[in-house]
Amino acid sequence: MTALPPPSKKKLGLVIDLDTCVGCHACATSCKEWNAGGIAGPLTDERPYGKDPQGVWFNRVHSYELEADAATKQPAQTLHFPRSCLHCETPACVTVCPTGASYKRAEDGIVLVDEDKCIGCKLCSWACPYGAREYSHVEGVMKKCTLCVDRIYNDKLDEIDRQPACVQACPTRARHFGDLGDPDSDVSKLVAERGGVALMPELGYQPVNRYLPPRPRRTGDDATTDDASQADTGNLAQRWLNRILKR
Amino acid sequence: MNPALSVILFTTLSGTGYGLWLWLGLRIALGPRAYDFEPIGWFFALLLGAVLTTIGIVASLWHLGKPLRVWRAFTQWRTSWMSREGVMAVATLAVAVLMVAPLPIPHEIVQRPLAALLAVCALGTICSTAMIYASLKPIPAWRHPLVLPGYIGFALLTGGLAFAALPQPTPVLRFALPVLLVLTIAMAILKLAYWRAIDAKPLPQTRGDAIGLPNRKPSVFERPHTEANYLTKEMGFVVARKHARKMRVFSLLLFAALPILCIALAIATSRPWPWLDIATLCAICGAFLERWLFFAQAKHLVTLYY
Repeated sequence: MTALPPPSKKKLGLVIDLDTCVGCHACATSCKEWNAGGIAGPLTDERPYGKDPQGVWFNRVHSYELEADAATKQPAQTLHFPRSCLHCETPACVTVCPTGASYKRAEDGIVLVDEDKCIGCKLCSWACPYGAREYSHVEGVMKKCTLCVDRIYNDKLDEIDRQPACVQACPTRARHFGDLGDPDSDVSKLVAERGGVALMPELGYQPVNRYLPPRPRRTGDDATTDDASQADTGNLAQRWLNRILKR
Repeated sequence: MNPALSVILFTTLSGTGYGLWLWLGLRIALGPRAYDFEPIGWFFALLLGAVLTTIGIVASLWHLGKPLRVWRAFTQWRTSWMSREGVMAVATLAVAVLMVAPLPIPHEIVQRPLAALLAVCALGTICSTAMIYASLKPIPAWRHPLVLPGYIGFALLTGGLAFAALPQPTPVLRFALPVLLVLTIAMAILKLAYWRAIDAKPLPQTRGDAIGLPNRKPSVFERPHTEANYLTKEMGFVVARKHARKMRVFSLLLFAALPILCIALAIATSRPWPWLDIATLCAICGAFLERWLFFAQAKHLVTLYY
C-alpha cells in the first residue's frame, strides 16, 4: 500500500493563480468548514476560545512582500500564497509511512491518509517539505487535504458543485481544479499559457499542483513619469493620450 | 525540529542496547574458544541489552498517537525505514531469545552462528534507525553523509563501554580498552566535523524557491495564523538553539573527554571498576545531549514559509 502506484494517467490537482489571489482566506475557511464534517473530519480545534488556540487546517494563506527586482524591472509588491497539499507524483509522505495508512490513489493521483490505520508517528509530516500534513493531537492521527474527494465524486451534488471547497469559495477565481495529466484540460492549458510552476521541483517529489506566477507589473518608468507633478499638466484626455502613446 | 523526549530516549537507549548486542555477538562469534566465557557474563550482557532496547522501544511508543496499532508498522518494510527498523528489532530480539533458549542441538554448534546473526541484526536495526532520519530530504542536516556513521558510532561507543563494564576476562579487556579509546576519539572528530558542516551550510533552498518565485526576494508580510500550529511547533522549533554551542561542549565533555579519561585510568590501573561504569553513564548522557542537538538544530524546509 505504501509503495507508490504506477504513474496515473489522471492527475487531479489545483492550479493557483498568484496574480489574482487577494489573501482573503476564503479557501482556508471553506476548506475547514467542509472537511470538519467530511471524510477528514472532525478537523479538530484545541482551546478554540481559550488562550493559545490551535487546530488542524488544510489550507494556510501566507502573505509576503516581494522586494523590487531591478533585473526584470518589477516593482515591490505584496504576494498572497495559499499553501496546501500538492498531491505529488512521488510523495515521500507515502513511502515513509510504516503502516500503509498514507497512500496515493492509482486512479486519480489523490494522496490520502487512512485514519483507521494511522499510528500517529508523524514521520509523513517530517517527509513533506511543503508542510501539507497536520497532526491532530486530539485524535492521534495525521490529517491532510483530500482534494475534497467526497465532493468531487459525489453524484448527489449538482455537477457544478463537484469541485474542492476551496476552489468553489474563491471570490477571485484564483483557484482552478482539474486533470493536470490531460494536456487538453482547461487547467493544463492555463498552466501552459501562464507558465505555471511546481514548487521546489529540484527535490524530486514532482508536485501535481501548479502555481501561476504574478503577471509582470507595469514597470516603475510609468509610475515615475505618471506622478502627481505631471498629472497637473494638461486635462484628462491629454494625459490619457500621453500615456497610450508612450507604450 | 522539535526534540521529542520519547524519540531521544529511544534512539539513545536502544542504540546503546543494540550496540551492546553487536559487541556481544562479535565477541562470541569471533573470539577465541566460543564457549569459554563465563556463561553468567554473556547472559548479563544479553539481558542488559534486552532491558535497554525494551526501555527505548517503550519510550518510542509514547511518541505515537495510536500506540495500540503499532503492529501495523511491520507491514511496509518494502519502502519505509521505520517499518524496516521494527522488523529488524523483532528479528534481533528473536535471535537473542534463541541464544538462551534450550535448543535440541548442543549449544557449542549453534552459538557462534547465532552470535554472528545477533551482531548482524543489531547492526541492521541501528542502520535502519539512522536511515529513518538520513532519508528525509526536507531536513538537509539529517541527509548529511556523517549521520549514518554517527548513529553506528554512538551505538558502538555506548554499547561497547557498557559491555566492557560487565565482568570480562582480562585478555578481552586488554584488547577492548584501546579499541574503545580510539572509537571515542573518532566519534569526537566525527561530531566536530558534522557540526562544522551543518553550521557552514544553511538550507539549500530559499523562500523564493519555496513559493515558486526563485528570482524574487520575499519577506514575511503576514503569517497565515496568529498562534502556533502543528507545523511551527514540530518543524519550527527554535527554543534554546542559541545555547547550542554550550550544549555541544557539554555533550563532547560527556561522551568523549570524560570517557577517554576513564578508559585511560582503567588501562593505567588495570582495573575496570568503577572507571568503565562512570564512562558508560557519561557516554550515554553525552549521547542524549547530542541527540537533543541533532533534533533541535536540524532545520526543516517548511520553516521557509514562515
